[in-house]
Amino acid sequence: MSGDRLSYKLDSTLETVDNAEQTATRIASESGFGEDEVMQIAMAVREAAVNAVLHGNAYDPEKKVELEFVRTKDDLVIFVRDQGKGLDLAKVPDPLAPENLLKTSGRGIFLIRSFMDDVQITPSQAGTEFKLTKHVHGATAGGKEASQ
Amino acid sequence: MNLKISTRQVDGVNIVDCSGRITLGEGSVVLRDQVKDLLGKGQKKILLNLGDVNYIDSSGIGELVSAYTTVRNQGGELKLLNLTKKVHDLLQITKLYTVFDVKDDETAAVKAFR
Repeated sequence: MSGDRLSYKLDSTLETVDNAEQTATRIASESGFGEDEVMQIAMAVREAAVNAVLHGNAYDPEKKVELEFVRTKDDLVIFVRDQGKGLDLAKVPDPLAPENLLKTSGRGIFLIRSFMDDVQITPSQAGTEFKLTKHVHGATAGGKEASQ
Repeated sequence: MNLKISTRQVDGVNIVDCSGRITLGEGSVVLRDQVKDLLGKGQKKILLNLGDVNYIDSSGIGELVSAYTTVRNQGGELKLLNLTKKVHDLLQITKLYTVFDVKDDETAAVKAFR
């Protein structure tokens, strides 16, 4: 990471998912997060990248996934953007509902929300943007649900 | 590290020793194929030893759920053994810990199969 910002684009492939996770691990470590928090950040970024590659861009070779890491004094903020049709948040099921517990998919966004301090998902016709924030310091650092 | 799997049989129970990561792509496919292979051979008592699984993502969780329901729908049993803290925590927050039959002792786990 040069300076406080790193941004790059990747193809819509599974390699991108691994790349995103590895980059997140490195940057979170360099930002001073503890081992558990690094794992949480990396998994949240991985899940957002999975969403971008599979559900957003649907493996379309013409579409890219953009990753942006921004380090501020208080936060590590990560943007994951795709070029898909835009996620319909109303169709995202609650994976904790009894009728959904045995479903084989639909837990990615839940895990992202569990592991990050703030999550904003902005769908548009140009694609979907995930903005993931983890506080470097503060009472909420360490994940919300995972620490319960 | 991708998922590596080996199987052994103890008292009629098929123990699947898993090592590595169960994630979207190869890791999930390896596990799925192994369970399918066992069921194809009529082996319906399956104990997944996850003691050396250090990472699992939402796709991997989905694969565990799929294995569980597939085995159960064929009249078999699938249990989990030796969860690492990371996997344990993930199953807790996704409320799946109480869905799976989770064991931490192999001998007791084998005896628990009907």
